[in-house]
Amino acid sequence: MYAVRRWVVRHSRGFEMIYNAFEPVIARLDPLWRRIGYARAEGPVARVERAVKGFLFDCKMCGQCALSSTGMSCPMNCPKTLRNGPCGGVRANGHCEVKPEMKCVWAEAWAGSQHMKSGTKIHVVQKPVDNRFRDTSSWLRVVRQIAEKRAPQGEQK
Amino acid sequence: MIFDDEPTPGEGLPILPGHVSPGRLERVLRAGKFAVTSEIDPPDSADPDEVFKRAAIFDGYVDAINATDGSGANCHMSSVGVCSLLTRRGYAMVMQISCRDRNRIAIQGEILGGAAMGVANIMCLTGDGVQAGDHPQAKPVFDLDSMSLLEIARAMRDEHRFQSGRKLDTPPRVFLGAAENPFAPPFDWRPHRLAKKVAAGAQFIQTQYCYDIPRLKIFMAQVRDLGLLEGPNRVFIMPGVGPLASAKSATWIREHVPGVHIPDSVIKRLAGAEKQKAEGRKLCIDLIQEIREIEGVSGVHVMAYRQEEAVAEIIQSSGVLEGRVPWYPGRDRQLLREAMEA
Ligand code: SF4
Repeated sequence: MYAVRRWVVRHSRGFEMIYNAFEPVIARLDPLWRRIGYARAEGPVARVERAVKGFLFDCKMCGQCALSSTGMSCPMNCPKTLRNGPCGGVRANGHCEVKPEMKCVWAEAWAGSQHMKSGTKIHVVQKPVDNRFRDTSSWLRVVRQIAEKRAPQGEQK
Repeated sequence: MIFDDEPTPGEGLPILPGHVSPGRLERVLRAGKFAVTSEIDPPDSADPDEVFKRAAIFDGYVDAINATDGSGANCHMSSVGVCSLLTRRGYAMVMQISCRDRNRIAIQGEILGGAAMGVANIMCLTGDGVQAGDHPQAKPVFDLDSMSLLEIARAMRDEHRFQSGRKLDTPPRVFLGAAENPFAPPFDWRPHRLAKKVAAGAQFIQTQYCYDIPRLKIFMAQVRDLGLLEGPNRVFIMPGVGPLASAKSATWIREHVPGVHIPDSVIKRLAGAEKQKAEGRKLCIDLIQEIREIEGVSGVHVMAYRQEEAVAEIIQSSGVLEGRVPWYPGRDRQLLREAMEA
């Protein structure tokens, strides 16, 4: 919802803290995900993720979440689905070129990033969306990546 | 500026050390000359002569011509088509590629095709939304954005690979451009966004229409402070300018064209003039002269939509070429003739 998502961006620092606490928890659950099977966990987790992030951020389930680099303003709500910053068409009042009734997603992102600890991540060039990940859980992907990074060390022991 | 190694029209110049492209625009910019570019109005026609005629208007006044890619989301002859016609005559083209209409497969193919035809400059744009043009019912693609497009084009040139990682045999030798709009919010982000574009591969920038010199000055100072105008990866900045036809059309543009910011003072100046069109051109000349004085500016990009015939006069009166005659088909023969007569 538009109002919720704008409220979230105003409190981006808080949401950053929540996510930073949440990520290690689900990452630690890696053995559980593995026992269930990542593929089998995918459906239910994606449903939860869609509900939560949909409510808070108007998340579009691109499957490769960029919120921590975009001031908690979901870039997929930009009508041009830009991943790297505003287009040149932002209106003088900060509203969107395509949807004049909406604040530019990237003007919001900039404001949100200014409150965040990892605010400078907005300056890093993001890769284009991998369309194969659409509608899949970004959380599980991140967890898996963390687990895979950890795994080689585990094997050495 | 006459290059001793001027090639047969349609062929590239030798690529000098420190250069990436075989084009004239990069040469002029790296030589520290004040560069001038303009934009061809692509015809709604399949007639090649229309293209040649529209390019010839700029003969002797511009270092490169932009071929727009469905600008304003309106349908016209494609930028690839315009470029393929004009590069054969030897014109230096800036091929615009917008992310609105094609996905990464089509765009990468276009980069190779353009470079093979002699395009030495590619301008990576996000593109206007489809709502702005004559086909608002079209599907907006935006598979890439201007930044990821820059990165992909650079990797094709420097790492000889597609985005997929698959290798290229001969890379596209292109000088990479991007757009910036210092006149749209969020203002404090704009210089950083430019830095991000430079990090993604941008080597020259053409800005949105500038009618607000104080804002441009602030922007340029920030860009200088970020160190973007120094070193081997420096960026060349060419602010956009253009003549306004009247106070009425300026007001219309301000309200309807996304991203164009026209201050009240400009509209007042036009409204107060007896001949508004002439005043619009005069204003454009004044802007060019003021822009040229700003530290770090490398040239201007003149966009004279529907007033293309005024470009020569505007550039001439502004004096920015300082007697330089940019290449055009037949220029060297002409200069030789003049020298012999003298
Ligand atoms: S104005 Fe902002 S939200 Fe609208 S298309 Fe441009 S970048 Fe996206």
